Amino acid sequence: MNSGAAPRRIGVSLPVSIRLEQRLTVPRWLSPALTIGSIAVALLISAIILAVVGGDPVRAYLHIFEASFGSIGVLSDTLVKATPLILTGLACALAFRMRLWNIGAEGQFLLGAWGASAVVLLPILPVGSPAIVVIPAMMLAGFLCGALWGLVPGVLRARFGVNEIITTLMLNYIALFWNQYWVFGPWSERGFQLTAQFPKEAWLPRLTDLSEAVPLFSGLTVHLGLVFGLVAAAVLWFILARSRWGYEIRLIGDSPRAARYAGVDIGRSIILIFFISGGLAGLAGMSEVSGVVHRLQDRISPGYGFTAIIIAYLAKFDPLRVVIAAILFGALILAGREIQPSGVPAMIQGTILFGLIASEVLLRYRVRVERRGMAG
Amino acid sequence: MTRQPSRAETAESAKIAKEADTQATTPADPPTDHAVDLRGIVKRFPGIVANDRVDFDLRPGEVHALLGENGAGKSTLMNILAGLYRPDEGELRVHGRPVAFGSPRDAIAAGLGMVHQHFTLVPSQTVTENILLGLSRPRFRLRLGRFEAEIAELATRFGLRVDPRAKVWQLSVGEQQRVEILKMLYRGVDVLIMDEPTAVLAPQEVEELFRTLRAMTAAGRSVVFISHKLTEVLAIADRITVMRRGRVTAGGVRAADTNRTDLARLMVGREVLETLERTPFRPGALVLALHDVEADNDKGRPALRGVSLDVHAGEIMGIAGVAGNGQSELAQVITGLRACRGSVRVNGEEIANCPPGTAIGRGVAHVPEDRTGVGSAPNLSIADNLIMKRYRWPPVATGWTIDAKAGRRIAASLQDEYRIDAPSIDTRARLLSGGNLQRLILAREIDAEPRLMVAVQPTRGLDVGAIEAVHRIFLDRRGAGTATLLISEDLDEILALADRVAVIYEGRIQAVFDVAAANVHELGLLMTGGATGALAGGAP
Repeated sequence: MNSGAAPRRIGVSLPVSIRLEQRLTVPRWLSPALTIGSIAVALLISAIILAVVGGDPVRAYLHIFEASFGSIGVLSDTLVKATPLILTGLACALAFRMRLWNIGAEGQFLLGAWGASAVVLLPILPVGSPAIVVIPAMMLAGFLCGALWGLVPGVLRARFGVNEIITTLMLNYIALFWNQYWVFGPWSERGFQLTAQFPKEAWLPRLTDLSEAVPLFSGLTVHLGLVFGLVAAAVLWFILARSRWGYEIRLIGDSPRAARYAGVDIGRSIILIFFISGGLAGLAGMSEVSGVVHRLQDRISPGYGFTAIIIAYLAKFDPLRVVIAAILFGALILAGREIQPSGVPAMIQGTILFGLIASEVLLRYRVRVERRGMAG
Repeated sequence: MTRQPSRAETAESAKIAKEADTQATTPADPPTDHAVDLRGIVKRFPGIVANDRVDFDLRPGEVHALLGENGAGKSTLMNILAGLYRPDEGELRVHGRPVAFGSPRDAIAAGLGMVHQHFTLVPSQTVTENILLGLSRPRFRLRLGRFEAEIAELATRFGLRVDPRAKVWQLSVGEQQRVEILKMLYRGVDVLIMDEPTAVLAPQEVEELFRTLRAMTAAGRSVVFISHKLTEVLAIADRITVMRRGRVTAGGVRAADTNRTDLARLMVGREVLETLERTPFRPGALVLALHDVEADNDKGRPALRGVSLDVHAGEIMGIAGVAGNGQSELAQVITGLRACRGSVRVNGEEIANCPPGTAIGRGVAHVPEDRTGVGSAPNLSIADNLIMKRYRWPPVATGWTIDAKAGRRIAASLQDEYRIDAPSIDTRARLLSGGNLQRLILAREIDAEPRLMVAVQPTRGLDVGAIEAVHRIFLDRRGAGTATLLISEDLDEILALADRVAVIYEGRIQAVFDVAAANVHELGLLMTGGATGALAGGAP
C-alpha cells in the first residue's frame, strides 16, 4: 500500500504499536499480583517525589518500616491504628460490593463512639456495673448507633431512590456536630472539649493487662477491638462467598435490573447492607473510645472513615484483604507521623490509590506491543 | 467472538495468509468500473480470524447483499470498508484506485458511508441539526431554514418520509433510520452500507426502506445490504455474497440464480429445516388468564389498555405487533416486574402486583427482551448466570448457604446440553456472543420446567441455525405441556410456531386468530392500527 491516501496518524509515530486487548479469562494470580505491583509502582513514584524535593527516599522508607514493624512494641501500635481501619474498611467494602457508595463511615464511626460513651456517661447502666455487662452493652450501643446512622441513607435510597453519596456525606457533618455538642456541652470535663475518663470497667482488655502473667506483653496496647475486626472480616467473607445473600449481593452489584428479574428483593438488601455497614463503622467507634482513648473527645477520628474508602478499594472489596490493607495503612499512619505530621504520608496514600485504580485496566485488558509491519 | 480456532484451522489460515502474500506481489488488474473492490482481506481478532482472505466487489447501481450468520464476519468486512477497522492484509480499491482509510471520515470523503445497527443521533436535536452535526457548514450562525429545505428536497428525491424540523426523540425507529440514511446522502455518499437495517422495522417500514434503496440504485448509487434474513435478501438484492466463519462461501451470485435452500446451506454449512414438524394442537388446562389488565409505561403513559387473554397448557400464543405497542409491558406485568390494574392469574392464582419472585415460584419463566441488561448479569460468570433462577432452592441452596459445587455441576451440564460456546463456565457472560447468550438464558429458563413461558423476541438477532434450535426448544416445551406466550415482531416466526395469534396495537388486543385462519396481509393491517371489522374469533 504505497499509493493512495496515507493513513492519518495522531501524535508521534512509534516503531511499535501498543494495543489493548480484552481478556477473555482472568487468571487467579493476576489480581493480587497487580495489587502488589501497583503498590510497588506507587512507592517508586513517591520515592521520586521525595528525592525531587530533596529527601532521601531509601532512608524515609526504611524509617517507615522501622517505625511500624521494627519491634514488637511498634507492631502493636500499628495494629492499634489498624483496628478502626479494619472495621471501617469492612463497612465500606461491604457496601461497595453492592455499588452502594457509603462514604459515611466517618459519621457512623462517630455515632458509634457516641453511643458507646452514652452507656457510661448518660449513664444507661448504673455506675459500678461489672465489665462483663458494660463492655457488651457498649458494643451493642456502638453497633446500633452506627447502624441507625446507616439506616437513614439506606431507607431513603431503598424507598425513594435518594442518592446515598450525598446523604451519607452530609450525615458525616451532622454526626460531627452532634458529638461536638455533647463534648463541649453536657459531657464536657471542666470546659475542655473532652469527657471524663471512663471507669476501668468500660475499657476493652489490652495485652498489657496480661503483663503480670506474660511479661512480654508489658506495654502492648493492642486491645480486644482487633479481635472484633478479625472476626467480622471472617464472617463477612463467609457471607459474601458462600451464602445465598452473598450471591444476591453480587447479582445486585453487577446488575440491579437482572437481580430484580431473578426475584431478588433489592430494597431489603439495600437496607440490610446499610444497617450492617453502619453497624461495623459504629463498632469501630466503640472500640476506639473503649480500647484506646477511654473517653469521648472532639476529633476522636483522624478520618478513619475516609481512609476506609481507600482501604476498601485497595482490598478490591474483599474482607480478608481489607485486614491486610488496613494494617498497611495503620503502619503508614503511625510511621508517617514520625516523618512528617502531614503531607508525605497522605501523598503516599493518594499515590497508592491512583496506582490501584489505574491498574484496573490491566485486569480487564492485555497490553500487546507489536512491531509496525506494513504501513497500516 | 468466543470461538477459538482449532489448531488445524489456524495452520490452514496461516497457509492461506502466506499464499495471499505471494499473490499480493502480482496483483491482477481489477476492473475499474467497480465502485468498490476488496481483495484478499484478512482481519484477525484475538482467538479468531474474522475475515480470512475475503474478496468482495460492488458495481455502481446495484444492491449487493452480504449474507451470513452472526459472527460470520460480515460486519467486520464492512467496518473495514467504512474506515472503522484496518485490515491486517489485503487491498481496498474505490473506483479502481487503492485506498487506505484511517477513519470513517476518510471513507465518507471517498464516498462510502455506513448506517449501523445502533443509531448515533442526538435525541434532543432536530433532524436537520443531526444531519449537519460534524460538518463545517453552517460555520457560525445557525440559519437552519436553508438547510431544512435542502434536506427536505433530498428526502423527497429518495422517498425518505421525515420532517426535517422534528426532534429525533419524537421519531419512530424507522424514521430515525431514515435520518441516518439522509445523513449519509447529504454527505454525498454514493456507496451506502446498511448493517442489518430491517432488524428494527415493521413489515410496512421494510417495504418503504426497499423503495428508498431502489430509488438510490436507480440514481446510480450502490448499496451493500448486510443481513441474515433470506426473504429480504432475495427480495432486494441484485447479487448476493454469502459468508461463513470468516470466509466467502458464495461470491457475488446473482439473486435470480439462487434460492432459499441453497443460501441457507451456504450460510449454515448444513441443511436447515425452516419449517419444523409440529404435533397436533391439543390444548390442556387454562394456565394464564389476563382480565382487563391496564398498565403504564416508564414515562407514566398508558401502555396496556384493558388486555384480556387466555393461554392454555400445550399452547403457544403469539403476540404480534410493531415494537412499542405494549408488548414489553405485557411481559413485565405477567412476570411481576411492572405494577398493573386488573387480574393476572397463573393456574388460577392471582399474581398481579406480586414481586417477581412470586411468578418465578409459580413456574413462570421469562425470556426477556433485553438480554444484556435484564436477562443476564454481564460481569458474573456463566455459572452464576445459570443459577439465577434456582439459587433459592436445593440442590443449589443448602439452607442459607449456597453449594457452589452443585451449582457448577448444574451449570456445566446446561452448558453442554445447550451448546453454550465458551472457554469455561467461569467466563463472564458479557463475553458471550448474542446467540450464545440467548442459549444461556433459554437454558436457564427451560431447565426450570416452566408451566408458563413468557418469551419476548426470543430469536431477534439470531441466525438461521440458531433460530431453528430455539424454535425446536419451543415446540418441545409445547409438547411437554408448557403454556407459551410468544411476543415477537417477526410475523414469520409467529406463524411458524404459534397455535393462536393475538394482535396488539396501542396497548389493546385488536383480534385473536387461529393461526391456520390468519393471513399476513390482515395481520399487518391490524398491527398498524387498521380496522378490525369482521376479523374476530378464534378460540381453542
